[in-house]
Amino acid sequence: MMRLISLLALLMLGLLTASLLIGPASIGPVESLKALLAPSDTPLALVMQEIRLPRAILALMVGGSLGLAGAAMQGYLRNPLAEPGLLGISGSAALGAVLAIQSGLAAAFPLGLPLAALGGALIGVLLITLLAGKQGGTLSLILAGIAISALASAMVSLVLNLSPNPFATSEIVFWMMGSLADRSMEHVWLALPFVLIGAVMLLSLGRALDAMTLGEDAAEALGMHVARVRRRLIIGAALVVGASTAVAGTIGFVGLVVPHLLRPFVGAMPGRLLPASALGGAIMVLLADILVRVILPEADLKLGVLTALIGAPLFLHLIYQTRRTLA
Amino acid sequence: MSLLSVTQLSVSLGGRCVIRDADLAIGPGEVVGLIGPNGAGKTTLMRAILGLISASGDSSLADLGETDRARAVAWMPQERHVAWPISVEALVGLGRLAHNRWPQRLGQADHEAIQQAMTRMGLAGFEQRPATELSAGERTRALIARALAQQTPLIMADEPIAGLDPAHQMSTMQRFAELTADGRSVLLSIHDLGLAARYCTRLILIGEQRIVADGRPAEVLTQDNLARIFGIEAHLSDGPDGPIFQPLRVLAN
Repeated sequence: MMRLISLLALLMLGLLTASLLIGPASIGPVESLKALLAPSDTPLALVMQEIRLPRAILALMVGGSLGLAGAAMQGYLRNPLAEPGLLGISGSAALGAVLAIQSGLAAAFPLGLPLAALGGALIGVLLITLLAGKQGGTLSLILAGIAISALASAMVSLVLNLSPNPFATSEIVFWMMGSLADRSMEHVWLALPFVLIGAVMLLSLGRALDAMTLGEDAAEALGMHVARVRRRLIIGAALVVGASTAVAGTIGFVGLVVPHLLRPFVGAMPGRLLPASALGGAIMVLLADILVRVILPEADLKLGVLTALIGAPLFLHLIYQTRRTLA
Repeated sequence: MSLLSVTQLSVSLGGRCVIRDADLAIGPGEVVGLIGPNGAGKTTLMRAILGLISASGDSSLADLGETDRARAVAWMPQERHVAWPISVEALVGLGRLAHNRWPQRLGQADHEAIQQAMTRMGLAGFEQRPATELSAGERTRALIARALAQQTPLIMADEPIAGLDPAHQMSTMQRFAELTADGRSVLLSIHDLGLAARYCTRLILIGEQRIVADGRPAEVLTQDNLARIFGIEAHLSDGPDGPIFQPLRVLAN
């Protein structure tokens, strides 16, 4: 277990460094890293500190959030097909962002869009807590999440449908593909508190999720307060996913594929999967964000498109491998 | 010292009264069989005793906080599904969550409890097998071992021997009987009245929304109770190896 975590952490640090060193401005690695700590009065220091550093940190935060939330959702719902978007939080965050773009709020001030997205996520989490927070089993949680997702996506379609402004429409479409390009340290500071609090809440669920392997009744009798676990899961997942969607748009497949990929290496224990999956998610998004810059530097390839392009075939391969045990 | 005491417990599900005014107590060293026809409310009564569903009246276990309850009673629900392909050893080890705040660091006592429970249920050699690849009967035994590993004074199990072969049914009942030597007790629901008469020190019969009878097997399995509650006629006698119970025919109502 410790070996796996150290291995993943090393890999993540390597990719974080690579992410800082790769970009359109070709600068030597030593020079770049020095500029990171230098006073920000040279152009190089500005590039490093204001463009590459926030991008790398956000990739780590967003990936870690999605991997962790995916593992927690799968553990609680006892279902390998669960993913962070299932609660409808990313959908409602996207709706908030879309409204901000359409209304001009996003153009009016730099943090208008992420703040509106956080507001959307908050409304989503209120709705799901009302519908399935207090009582009701896992099924009511899934159904409530699907309903909220469907409603949010219908509203997004409505905005696109009625939009008189083609520029806003194309901006919305591109934003929804998910990207970490042109983000600033403000984005980092905005998302960081939510991500940290949510991550602590989710990481604390390990013991309860282990017990949930045997079902809700057995978990309750093993000393877990299942209703409290559900509340912590909903709020923790909403914080990390809402904040991630607010700063990066919707990035699919990370929360679904990463826990699946790492499960065999932790003996399938849902509790141990949490930290491993957080690191794995960070690795996948850091890697994907490096690839979008390397593969088509001119074309502004979107991060969410690439994670889905990597994730879907990976997932198909996993299904092909495990279909015997899934049956 | 009583391990469980229940007074005036009534449970309603969806507006329908399932059990009314149940009183029962379990002391150390008992194997108590909870019997009754399908739908009589055996599972409901046990879940209400544990405080897993709301009920009126008093149950000493339901009054405990989750952590204390997990050290007072191990519960094996009817659900036998194991969600993830964890090893049998890890599955049995889940019972130690009741005692252990840090599931990743099992101590000496934890390992001994796991080993002992696995040996008792005949699972030696199964340690590294994924729990999802076991047969239904093997999985049931692993789940019983999980409850044993919790090392509680009382074990409550919902039809623990359903789906086991005759040898494992009898050896499981035998294991439960052996626990009484340490003063531990078991409350289990069971449909096989023959094994219940044979291995249980006491039977509780439920039907007609209440506890109909509570006592030694011969006192509970009377012709009248069997006819009224189960609608069957049966033979019960004392054999050289203990009570012999054989259902004979279904009575026309």
